[in-house]
Amino acid sequence: MSGLQSWAQMGGYAVFVWPAYVVALVVLGGIAAQSWRRYRASIRDLNRIQRAPRER
Amino acid sequence: MLTYLANPARFMRISGVMLPPLGLATVAVLALGLYLALFVAPPDYQQGESVRIMFVHVPAAWMGLFAYLVVAVASGVALVWRHPLAEIAAQAAAPLGAAFTLVCLVTGSLWGRPMWGTWWAWDARMTSVLVLFFLYLGYIALVNAFDDMGRGARAGSVLALVGVVNLPIIKFSVDWWNTLHQADSVFRMGGPTIDPSMLWPLMIMVLGYLLLFKTLLLVRMRTALNEAKARALRLAAPARAAEAPPPDATPVLR
Amino acid sequence: MTRYLHLFRRELQLAFRQGGEIGLALGFFVLAVVLFPLGVGPEAEILRRIGAGIIWVAALLSAVLSLDRLFAADYADGGLDLLALSAMPLEGAVIAKCAAHWATTGLPLVLMSPFLGLLVDLDGASIALLALGLLLGTPALSLLGAIAAALTLGARRPGVLSSLIVLPLYLPVLIFGAGAVEAGIVGGGARPHLLLLAALSLGALPLAPIAAAAALRQALD
Repeated sequence: MSGLQSWAQMGGYAVFVWPAYVVALVVLGGIAAQSWRRYRASIRDLNRIQRAPRER
Repeated sequence: MLTYLANPARFMRISGVMLPPLGLATVAVLALGLYLALFVAPPDYQQGESVRIMFVHVPAAWMGLFAYLVVAVASGVALVWRHPLAEIAAQAAAPLGAAFTLVCLVTGSLWGRPMWGTWWAWDARMTSVLVLFFLYLGYIALVNAFDDMGRGARAGSVLALVGVVNLPIIKFSVDWWNTLHQADSVFRMGGPTIDPSMLWPLMIMVLGYLLLFKTLLLVRMRTALNEAKARALRLAAPARAAEAPPPDATPVLR
Repeated sequence: MTRYLHLFRRELQLAFRQGGEIGLALGFFVLAVVLFPLGVGPEAEILRRIGAGIIWVAALLSAVLSLDRLFAADYADGGLDLLALSAMPLEGAVIAKCAAHWATTGLPLVLMSPFLGLLVDLDGASIALLALGLLLGTPALSLLGAIAAALTLGARRPGVLSSLIVLPLYLPVLIFGAGAVEAGIVGGGARPHLLLLAALSLGALPLAPIAAAAALRQALD
């Protein structure tokens, strides 16, 4: 357990290292999530429009 | 090859095929990179464990710059050759570049505090990256500032080209300004030379970030094409609805 | 050549007729400089240290404020369409307009700067470098500003947008302009800075009108 703890403390720099990784994760993950959500929405939207008045 | 890919339908087909493996590769490489960065790479003899920030910071810096090149080149292609996908590529890349640049700025600040004792330093690199962030914001703002989307796209293309000329000028002038003010430490990224044991995790993370950029670029471009198609269909839809009977008016046998 | 002079003169006349416009930019310039000592404290050493920078920043902000004068009115009343259709190349028209803009914005700033230099306790040599730097750099401000003004025609909130766009373009001018005075004080020689300022203005002279004219054509389409 102490091995994990000392690793997590990052030689005393934990307060800098972990926020850096978290920020990278949040910002990049965030834009990935936003891009993906909007993508899925565009597919749904397009399917809806293409289905509707196509019956002729 | 450019004209081959110019066809939006063909782009959708090809990118649709590429996307799943590209996404998987992104996740795999990033996972490997993070493992190497956090567990395998040794601490620096000077900076200790804080050097691990380098593995999320440096790739972000490179991708922030690379994305701007993509925006600029795509904008140039859009203005000169009127390639239909060029504007879409530029507008898709810009928010990604802004995100990478933001990560670069924040992680750089967190790295700088233990390394140089200050949250921010006005050296050429950091200042130029800050300006780059504003160039991205300006581009995105300009593109979205017009009701006519085509006008926004064309104006953005001009701005992107102006910006790519401006960026080296800014870097040069801030460099100059720093030498005038005799900026004390030498802010060299990662120390004099990078030990191979740290180089590999760095390169893997760079690759991971690059794959992430490529994946998200395709996703955003596909989104833009879908949305454009939906808009076009909506404009035509009222005319269709006038011709076709409304869906609920099917005759019911009584 | 006469066509350009005609356009230049017309722009000057318009600016003088609405004399308030020139006065407004100048008034803002003075006010911005005055605000700093009030915010920072009246100690002469501090003011002398940051004075040139303050005056240059204020000059930049005044330039940014005045940008909508370049094209907006002509865009609204159709004068820009006429210019585009005329035999004069649009790039040339842009240069003529920028020249008039400089004469009514940059030049007054240059002339006002010695007095403002006194307000922040700059010595004579520094004031000379300040004024000379402004003289060499303000043409670049007008030319680069024309790009931003042209790009934002017809946009929502054009004022804020052109500020966001133009300030990165202005950064090198600010750095070398304030740096010239600083170099003079420190004793390193201001000549490289002034030469770089001149280079920026000269470089902007052929390039900025090309970008601005391209943007104008997009606006008129």
